[in-house]
Amino acid sequence: MKAKFIVGGAVIAVALAYLIYAGVTQSAVYFVTPSELQAAPVASKAYRLGGLVAPGSVRWEPRTLQLSFTLTDGKASVPVRHKGTPPDLFGEGRGAIVEGRWAPEGYFTAALILAKHSEDYKAPTDHSEAGYKELIKSLRRPGS
Amino acid sequence: MSGLQRGLGWLAVASLTAGIVMALGVAPREATQGNVQRIMYVHVPAILIAYLAFAVVLVASVIYLWRRAAGADRLAHASAEVGVVFTGINIATGSIWGKPTWGTWWTWDARLTSASIMFVIYLGYLLLRAMIEDRERGARFAAVLGIVAALDIPLVHFSVYWWRTLHQPSTLLRPGPAPMDPTFVVALTINLVAFALLYAYFLARRVRLLEREEQVLA
Repeated sequence: MKAKFIVGGAVIAVALAYLIYAGVTQSAVYFVTPSELQAAPVASKAYRLGGLVAPGSVRWEPRTLQLSFTLTDGKASVPVRHKGTPPDLFGEGRGAIVEGRWAPEGYFTAALILAKHSEDYKAPTDHSEAGYKELIKSLRRPGS
Repeated sequence: MSGLQRGLGWLAVASLTAGIVMALGVAPREATQGNVQRIMYVHVPAILIAYLAFAVVLVASVIYLWRRAAGADRLAHASAEVGVVFTGINIATGSIWGKPTWGTWWTWDARLTSASIMFVIYLGYLLLRAMIEDRERGARFAAVLGIVAALDIPLVHFSVYWWRTLHQPSTLLRPGPAPMDPTFVVALTINLVAFALLYAYFLARRVRLLEREEQVLA
């Protein structure tokens, strides 16, 4: 009885461990780096590409919503084009992940831009504004 | 309700109030994210207490299989319920935070995937408990699942280190000092204590309720 129970438990444990392993490894490589993409780019294959938005590379045309920038990992860089507005935290010198396809013409067409956030949390450099006053002010003034 | 439980409840209410005041009133706005970062004061304590709740399920399940103590089984049952609620809170607040910050409500990166697996596993644990009518058998099966399911706890926490994810690494539970201004750390700690007290209160109440149920059914 006891042996049966242990064997049964072990089978469940292995099955569950495998399910978790399989579930996570599928999304394990959440994005490829610019180096990896440049090493073997496949035209019109769907990719998630992650890197740093190269300082000075962002071009934004508000009237046509054409956004272009370069994603870099220090070794390689990939030009990215996107139509639409990026998330608030998107900016030069910050991390971003884009979903889209590699165009044979030598650039990446992004259908979606995700801003990657770091684990650093800093107070604003001017400490003059207390927490709740600042909060109420920004609630009254949407978009800030 | 015993005096001790009532005291615990009031303590939880007081510390939650202090936590809200710290999170919304005292802690400054975060420099890059702005006010949306304040969701962290709920999001992070919720998952840390969920880890604690599921660790209690693990320990109580081991004790149950070893000693067959009905009290350990009730503890595991109650703790799993509270843990599921806190995991749900964590996932919901994370999604609300993700939209303005990342630009998406949801994505299948390793952290979000493993956290949702954890949510579903413990929901399954509660389902299993509800499905088996024989009390003794139900408790035994649940104890095995309660032990196996704990595999996912380290997976959720370390997913951000083991794989490339959209989710950022931990700020608090990591080697070295937290890369966070001290006011944020104080506000987060107070909320963590408040959530721990709330968990203890819910746990005590739920265990008592399960005792009563068994007395009625016996």
